[in-house]
Amino acid sequence: MTSDMTVKTQFRHVGSRPVRPDGLDKVTGRARYGADMNLQGQLYGHIIRSPHAHARIKSIDFSEALKVPGVLATMSGADLPEPGEALIPGAEIEMKLKNVSPVIMARDKVLYHSHAVAAVAATSPRIAAEAAKLVKVEYEVLPAVLDMHAALAEDAPLLHDDNFTVGIDPPPEKPSNVSVQIEMAKGDLEAGFAAADVVIERTVNVPMCHQAYIEPHACVAKADEKGRIDIWCTTQGPFVVRLLVAEITGIPQKDIKVTASEIGGGFGGKTTVYIEPVAAVLAKKSGRPVKIVMSREEVFRASGPVSDSETRVKIGAKKDGTITAIDSDMIMNTGAYSASAMFAGVLFGTAPYTAENIRSKGREVLTNLPRVWAYRAPGAPQALTAVECVVSELAAAIGMDPIEFRLKNAVQEGDVPLYGMPFSAVGLKECLQAAKDHPNYQAALGENQGRGVACAFWINAGMQSSASIHVTPDGGISVMTGSPDIGGSRASMALMAAEVLGVPVETVHPAVVDTDSIGFCDGTGGSRTTLATGGAVIQAAEKLVEELRRRAAAAWSVSIDDVAWLDGKAVERCGVGIDELIEGTSPVKDGAKVLTLAEIALTAGATGGPLTAVASLHAHNSAPSFAVNVCDVEVDPETGKVDVLRFTCAQDAGKAIHPAYVEGQMQGGAVQGIGWALNEEYLFNADGVLDNAGFLDYRIPVASDLPMIDTVIVEVPNPLHPYGVRGVGEVSICPPMPAVVSAVNNAAGTLLYDLPMSPPKLLAAIDAG
Amino acid sequence: MTTQKKLHISTTLNGEPCEFLCEPGQILSDVLRNTLNLTGTKEGCTTGDCGACSVMLDDALVCSCLVLAAEAEGKSIETVEGVGHEGQLHPVQEKLLEHAALQCGICTPGIVVAAKALLEKNPDPSEEETRYWLAGNLCRCTGYDKIIRAVMDAGATMRGE
Amino acid sequence: MQSLQFAAPTSLAEAAALLGGSDNPKVLAGGTDLLVQMKLGLREPALVVDIKRIPELGEVSLGADGLRLGAAVPGAEVTANADIAALYPGFVEALGLIGSTQVQGRCSPGGNLCNSSPAADSVPAMIACGAQCNIYGPNGMRSVPVEAFNTGPGRNCLAADEILVSLEFPRPAARSADAYLRFIPRTEMDIAVAGAAVALTLDDAGVCTAARVAIGAVAPTALLVPAAAEALVGSKLDDAALAAVAEAASAAANPISDKRGTAEYRRKVVGVLARRAALIAQSRAQAEE
Repeated sequence: MTSDMTVKTQFRHVGSRPVRPDGLDKVTGRARYGADMNLQGQLYGHIIRSPHAHARIKSIDFSEALKVPGVLATMSGADLPEPGEALIPGAEIEMKLKNVSPVIMARDKVLYHSHAVAAVAATSPRIAAEAAKLVKVEYEVLPAVLDMHAALAEDAPLLHDDNFTVGIDPPPEKPSNVSVQIEMAKGDLEAGFAAADVVIERTVNVPMCHQAYIEPHACVAKADEKGRIDIWCTTQGPFVVRLLVAEITGIPQKDIKVTASEIGGGFGGKTTVYIEPVAAVLAKKSGRPVKIVMSREEVFRASGPVSDSETRVKIGAKKDGTITAIDSDMIMNTGAYSASAMFAGVLFGTAPYTAENIRSKGREVLTNLPRVWAYRAPGAPQALTAVECVVSELAAAIGMDPIEFRLKNAVQEGDVPLYGMPFSAVGLKECLQAAKDHPNYQAALGENQGRGVACAFWINAGMQSSASIHVTPDGGISVMTGSPDIGGSRASMALMAAEVLGVPVETVHPAVVDTDSIGFCDGTGGSRTTLATGGAVIQAAEKLVEELRRRAAAAWSVSIDDVAWLDGKAVERCGVGIDELIEGTSPVKDGAKVLTLAEIALTAGATGGPLTAVASLHAHNSAPSFAVNVCDVEVDPETGKVDVLRFTCAQDAGKAIHPAYVEGQMQGGAVQGIGWALNEEYLFNADGVLDNAGFLDYRIPVASDLPMIDTVIVEVPNPLHPYGVRGVGEVSICPPMPAVVSAVNNAAGTLLYDLPMSPPKLLAAIDAG
Repeated sequence: MTTQKKLHISTTLNGEPCEFLCEPGQILSDVLRNTLNLTGTKEGCTTGDCGACSVMLDDALVCSCLVLAAEAEGKSIETVEGVGHEGQLHPVQEKLLEHAALQCGICTPGIVVAAKALLEKNPDPSEEETRYWLAGNLCRCTGYDKIIRAVMDAGATMRGE
Repeated sequence: MQSLQFAAPTSLAEAAALLGGSDNPKVLAGGTDLLVQMKLGLREPALVVDIKRIPELGEVSLGADGLRLGAAVPGAEVTANADIAALYPGFVEALGLIGSTQVQGRCSPGGNLCNSSPAADSVPAMIACGAQCNIYGPNGMRSVPVEAFNTGPGRNCLAADEILVSLEFPRPAARSADAYLRFIPRTEMDIAVAGAAVALTLDDAGVCTAARVAIGAVAPTALLVPAAAEALVGSKLDDAALAAVAEAASAAANPISDKRGTAEYRRKVVGVLARRAALIAQSRAQAEE
């Protein structure tokens, strides 16, 4: 796609709010999720996990477990190929197999409590669980480092004695617990701060949290006599599962088929594997299908939680509101293996602002905690929270309205952020204006109440997608992709296909199909599905229209150029221009021949065979999103309890294909951010054991915690996309944390930047005056 | 290791007589899903904290993960599969669809069962009553906004408004 | 693994015999604690005795003497009973605060008490109301005040073959009312970080003539705090009396720091809650004309 393409602005279907095609199955309970699949003769896998945060595995003895009637297979890390130093070829992000494989099954050492060590498969979940208790694992316990500062200490125990920090020149000779460090800069920092009238520096802590999808990881794997593996699982990316299972187990990708179930939430957390390689190996060894369902406790303890971070941010501004310099230094926890999104935090934390003098540093730190994984705009919420809290304080310090302050410094088309790619048309200023104009921003505040504002950025991904379309003999449209539908994307696929084909959206049946049935698709992540997979659907639909015109032209013995496609019908032009027909400026000529899609479909067998179209692409046309939140809270000064009174999100969607699901992304992201700001955190005891591994004490927001979440969809079209689409799923979680923090500090008269702002911490800050 | 002798339990399930065998320690959600193949009842935690396994047990809204299947002897169970079906959806189901009040949908069956129970008990709940009634039904996707609107709108429909 | 047995007796005698005959029995009422503990491997009973089919455990009897409430009556049944709520509003609120709507369909005052968590919401409220526990055992019935029932976290005074049958609430005097408040980080679904219940009686002039104050989640068991009650009696709940109530409640607290709150926080907040609960109880008693 080229930059001078025309972006469509008039739509028949896009922008409407039809009932989602998969909705009926979901409200009636028929939809099948990961754990809803059972196969004849299946076994149940149970994973044995480390009771220690750091230990050497001396031996694993399965003999007692194997004596239990009903136990049919066991496995350990020894059943997986040695990962070596190789990068995983074709992975979405650069990853070494040695940082992925041992998360599935530890090798030599366990590096966090509940690290997977071994597994058994048995004829019932109860027998598997009982047999697991009989597996004897001998450990040599090692000292553990349970937080970043302990890990950074000069004499800290090392997780990996072969870890030499990447990003230092010359390379270090001593191993450490810093896996990678980076520094990005532009302009002259010192001069920038010298030019400032006010400089504020704060250290902001964001806690380790979890994506807390409601559906635990679940899968069933079976192996046939030829060794071909068939996996059903809940995932954001069946092709990701295929790749990772292949790399981790050594089974070639061509011998693996993955079918994605309906997915019960992921938010980034289901863009990797935990149990699928285990089920595959156990299925191969036992010759029986193997089902594994993680318990909620296992999900919290041993999937991929979200990095905690400590960020020191110093920002200078002139009295007129111009930001002159930003200096940011972040440490981000990656847990036991390098996997954090520290780079994104370093690169994107300052993206909303035009400041000329910026330095941004980051270090990724290894600790004896679970290996972290992606969560909605990975890395950005932590970095933006730090920057936005200081920006809000600066605005107050110079006596400027926080939105005006941001408007004065907001980026627009042509500006170049720290990461170096100039912005095309972006909607930050429009979002700030929308927030400013919203009644929320004008409303009066009472005693103990406060308001916070924050803006945020996310880059959004493009990547690879495929789509195929088939027409049934009676004119129905099947649209297939390989992108699991996590938030309503089938509805947007149907709308985009209907838009191109000119057919009612109800006649379009979108489906997510298995990895054998569609070309490669990267995972549903990076806010890329509507843009990239949707782009493939649009291209496939356009190809289908061309084929439909060709069939009509053949039927009428005219040139394809003489056939227009109008409202789901082939129409003979009779000399009228196609644009005039499409735009309705010239009517269809009397007597012009017409064939409906259904008529062409019915005779397709006689005119060239079935009607199908396929498109695959690598999307390079994604564009960033900005969002602005306004949050009002009330603080109980005697208990430190925070009530969110009112919350408004403005976000640039480019073009909202299905506005209700765009609003849903905004509202859902807002509430996840509210939870992270106020109550969600991982609490480990002194032995590195997670103390709140359940929904009782890992406190995600409940319905009664919240007000309605107002939304304003801003539409500044992405100039690179035919419909103007931008990703919408991720940026929504970036502004709520700093908006909440500023609101609470404004209400309570505190400067608390140690999240979450849980009542004991906030009350202590209030009492400290 | 002992095999456990199963208990024979007689219930009414979604209005029809239903008998099943269960282990003494087996929870009702497990039997519904894995013995009776009614997988509309979801398990998000099996500790009563998420509400995805909500069912009606006689007149009580309960988490079926916090009920032993053996306790259901002589009782009536209603699951999401008994609430409504194509062409005859319950207003709660209709309105959840109309308001786009689901994203991933894993919490939806529990919300359907719980919201129906609310509206049967309180035909005209306030927003606050609706929010507190559904506080035990965790949803991580939607931020609850559209769910609350949908349930209140379903109430209005049922009241004939 | 030992084989688990399940029984659902229909009489107290049958239940007591089953309990006495097993070396590791557990009583199942609503199951909202027990089944979680079994799931998490914290308890592995050999016998689960479902006592909900015993008539006495489901009895609700409100009369001139007060309320007798079967130990296994579910929360939802109590909160739906307007007559009980009118007499014991604080207790009914406290019971209604346990868990979600779904948990309310199952949880019971007896289960809340027998689980013996220091943070049980209904327990301080029952103590403030002066409720008594009716306990069945091989030697017949005995009765203990609620504040004497629990002996520590997870521990209580029941012998292995005893069953808590019902709770007996005295009928409050005229111009009396109770209130319960707890603190949780969210609005629902949490375990109390601190809780306080106040029951009081006013005279015609609005002077407090009798009071009971109990606190929860701030000591190994819920505590009756006589010093807090004394601060109220003889006052019209003026600022000085309220400050003294808060101070007495905080002073009586002996909390721990854990994932739900620090000891310091709990000690302070329990005083705030006691003061606020006293004011609610006062306004309820005043409204009772």
